[in-house]
Amino acid sequence: MNDLSAPSITYRAVPVRPAVARRIRGLSDQALAWLFITPTIVLLLAINVFPLVWAIYLSFTNYRANRANAPTIWLGTDWYRSILTDPDIWAAMQVTAHFVIWTVLIETVLGFGLAFLIDKKFRGHGMWTTIILLPMMLSPAVVGNFWTFLYQPQIGLFNYVVAFVTGRDASSFQMLGDVTLSPWAIVIVDAWMWTPYVMLICLAGLRSIPDYIYEAAEVDRASNWRQFWSITLPMALPFIMLAVLFRGIENFKMFDMVNLLTGGGPGSTTEVASITLKRAAFESWRTGYSSAFAIILFVTVFGLANIYVKALNRVKNR
Amino acid sequence: MKRTVKALLTSFGVLASALSAGVGTTPAHAQAKTITLCWAAWDPANALVELSKDFTAKTSIGMKFEFVPWTNYADRFLNELNSHGSLCDLIIGDSQWIGGAAENGQYVKLNDFFKKEGISMDDYMPATVVGYSEWPKNTPNYWALPAMGDAVGWTYRKDWFARPEIQKDFKAKYGRDLAAPKTLDELHDIAKFFQGREIDGKKVYGASIYTERGSEGITMGVSNYLYDHGFQYQDPKKPYAMDGFVNSPGAIKGLEAYKDLYKCCTPPGASNSYMSEGLDAFKSGQVALQMNFFAFFPGLYKDPNVGGDKIGFFSNPAGPAIQATQLGGQGISVVSYSKNQGEALQYIKWFSGGDVQKKWWALGGYSCAKSVLNDPSFPNSAPFAGEFLKSMGMIVDFWAEPSYAQLLQAEQKRVHDYVVADKGTAQEALDGLVKDWKAIFKEEGKKF
Repeated sequence: MNDLSAPSITYRAVPVRPAVARRIRGLSDQALAWLFITPTIVLLLAINVFPLVWAIYLSFTNYRANRANAPTIWLGTDWYRSILTDPDIWAAMQVTAHFVIWTVLIETVLGFGLAFLIDKKFRGHGMWTTIILLPMMLSPAVVGNFWTFLYQPQIGLFNYVVAFVTGRDASSFQMLGDVTLSPWAIVIVDAWMWTPYVMLICLAGLRSIPDYIYEAAEVDRASNWRQFWSITLPMALPFIMLAVLFRGIENFKMFDMVNLLTGGGPGSTTEVASITLKRAAFESWRTGYSSAFAIILFVTVFGLANIYVKALNRVKNR
Repeated sequence: MKRTVKALLTSFGVLASALSAGVGTTPAHAQAKTITLCWAAWDPANALVELSKDFTAKTSIGMKFEFVPWTNYADRFLNELNSHGSLCDLIIGDSQWIGGAAENGQYVKLNDFFKKEGISMDDYMPATVVGYSEWPKNTPNYWALPAMGDAVGWTYRKDWFARPEIQKDFKAKYGRDLAAPKTLDELHDIAKFFQGREIDGKKVYGASIYTERGSEGITMGVSNYLYDHGFQYQDPKKPYAMDGFVNSPGAIKGLEAYKDLYKCCTPPGASNSYMSEGLDAFKSGQVALQMNFFAFFPGLYKDPNVGGDKIGFFSNPAGPAIQATQLGGQGISVVSYSKNQGEALQYIKWFSGGDVQKKWWALGGYSCAKSVLNDPSFPNSAPFAGEFLKSMGMIVDFWAEPSYAQLLQAEQKRVHDYVVADKGTAQEALDGLVKDWKAIFKEEGKKF
C-alpha cells in the first residue's frame, strides 16, 4: 500500500520466467482446470463425503467412539429397525414436527406481513427495517440465555407482560417448566428470532415484482385486494416457498436454542430429534446407533426437501 | 508488494528469533514444566488453585487449571478423554466415570505408584476409597486418589427458624418445635409450612431441590429420597438383578414423596434447578431449605446475607427404610494420554501428604484422609463438619459402570417425566427404568 502511494517509484511488468511459462503452456485447459479445482475437491471429499460414507458404515456396526479398541461387530440393519420401532424416537419426531410446523407457519405469515408493510415507503422505514432485523443478528446462545430470564416466573418480563394483560399472577405459570406451555415457549422464541429472516426473503420477492404490472392492473381498475391475490402473492410465492424451505430445514435440525431454553424438558416434552441424537452420540457414546439415527434424519430432510424443491420449480415455471 | 512480503518475512524472522532467544535465556530457576489439572468450576476449585501454589513452590512445576461449569463438566472432559486428548495431565473426574475410564485405559492405574511411594488407601475413609478410587468396586485396583469428599446435604435458614412468631405458628400447626428435620416427613412439613409464607414483607418458599434435566441433577436429588425409602440398584446377592430392588414398593413411595415435595414446596420456575440455581434461591432469601452438595457449604457460611448465624446445616434426613445420602465428590487421576505423567504423579504424591490434606480442608476443600476426618477436633472445626462426617458414613453412589452415562440418561428421563412433566405413575417410571437399564446392560453383554 505504501509502495503504491510513493510518487517516486516506477513500476514495470515482471515477465514470467520462460521455464514456468513453458510448463504452464504445456498444460491443456482441462488439465489446468483440474489443477485449480483438485484442492477444493480433495477438501470436500475429506470433510463432507468421507464422514458421510464413514457414518453410513458405522451405522451398521456396534462401534462406540469411547471404546475405539473394542472389536467392531457388523450388525446389519439392527439399529435402523430398533430406531424406527422405538416409541421414544417417534415421540421426538413428533416434538420436532410440532416445532417445525408451527415455527414455519408463524414465521411465514408474520414475515410476509412485515415485508408487505416494509415494502411501502413510509417515514422511518429504514430505521424500522433495522430494528426488525436485530433479533436475527444475535447468536442463538445469547437468545436462549436471555429468553430464559424473560420466561423466569418471578422476575421475567414475559410473565409480567402476560400478567399485566390477563390479570393473572405472574408467578402462577411457568413457560419453560410446564408441559403444555414449554413447546410454545420455544416456538415463540424461534419466531421472534427468525421472522425477520423470512421477512427479508419475502421483501426481495416483493421488490422483484415490476411496477408496470401494478400500473396495468390500476388501468384495469383492479382493487387492492385483487392486485394482492392476482399479482403480489403469486409473484412472491417462489420466494415465500424458498423461505419456508430454508426455515423448515433449519428448524428440523434445531438444537442450540432448544437445548439452552429447556434442555429437552420438562421430561421429554421439548426433546427434538437433534437433542435425542446428541445424547445418543456424545453422552451415551452409542456411535453406531447415533450414526444410523443421523442417516435416517438426513434421508428424511433430503427426501422432503427434494419433493419440495420440485414443487417450488413447478410454481416458478408457471 | 515484493518489498511488503520481504518486510513481513523479516518481521516474522525477528519475532521468531526474539522468542527463541527468550526461551533460551530463561533463568535456570524458572518452572521446569507446567501441568494441567482439569476439574469443575466451583468454590473448591478456587481453594485448590490456592493450595497448589505450595506444590509449585516446592517442585518448580507450574500448574495450569482447566475448570468447566458443572453443566458442561461431564460433556467436556469425557469428550476429552474419549478423544484421547492430552489437555489434562491430572483430572478430578466424577466418581461415576471411574469404571469407563479404567476399562477404556484413560486413567493410569496407581497401584504400583502407591506401593512405591508408600501411599496407603488405609489412610483414607473406606467409603471414599470405594467411591472414588476402586474399579471394579471393592477390589484393590486403584485409579485415583480420593481428593474431594462430598455428599448431598441440606442448609436451612436458622434465623427464620429461631423467630418466636414462626416457632409459635409451627408448633400450633404440627405440635412440635421447629428444628432441623430428622426425617423426610419432618422435612416435608417444614417445607410446606414455609411455602408462600411472608417473611420481612417478602413471599418465601419451602425448599430448593434438584430437578435439572440435562445432565445429572434430578437423579442426584431423587436418589436421596429413593435410598431412604429402600431403593437399591441391584440384588446384593445377584449383580444386575434389578426387579424388585429398583422398583420396590419402598422406592415407588420414595419417588412419589420427591414429587410431592417438588409440587408443594418449591419456588415457581424450579423445574430445571441444580447446584447453582439452588445457591441462587437460598442466597436471595427465597427458600427456607436447600438441597445441595457439602462442597458449597463453606462458601454459603461466609455469605454476608445468609451465612454466619443465619444458616444451619443438616445431613439428609432418615426415611422409612434407612438414612442414606447421595455421594458426590471425586478422586484425582493421572490421564494416560498425558505427556507429563511423571510430574502429574509428583502432584498426587504431594497432595497425599498429611499437612497438605489439613491445609486442603482449611482452605475449603473436603479431605478424605483419616488423619483429617478422624481428628477429634474435626467435627467442631466448621459448623457443617459434623454433618459432613455423618453423611460420609451413609453414602450411596450411582452406578459407576462404563455405561454409566447411558444409565444416568435413562434415569434422568424417567424421573423427570414423572416428577416434573407429570407423565404416568411412579410405578410406571421405575418399571420403565428397570426396562431401560436391563437393555443397556444387555447391550453391554452382562448376564442377569
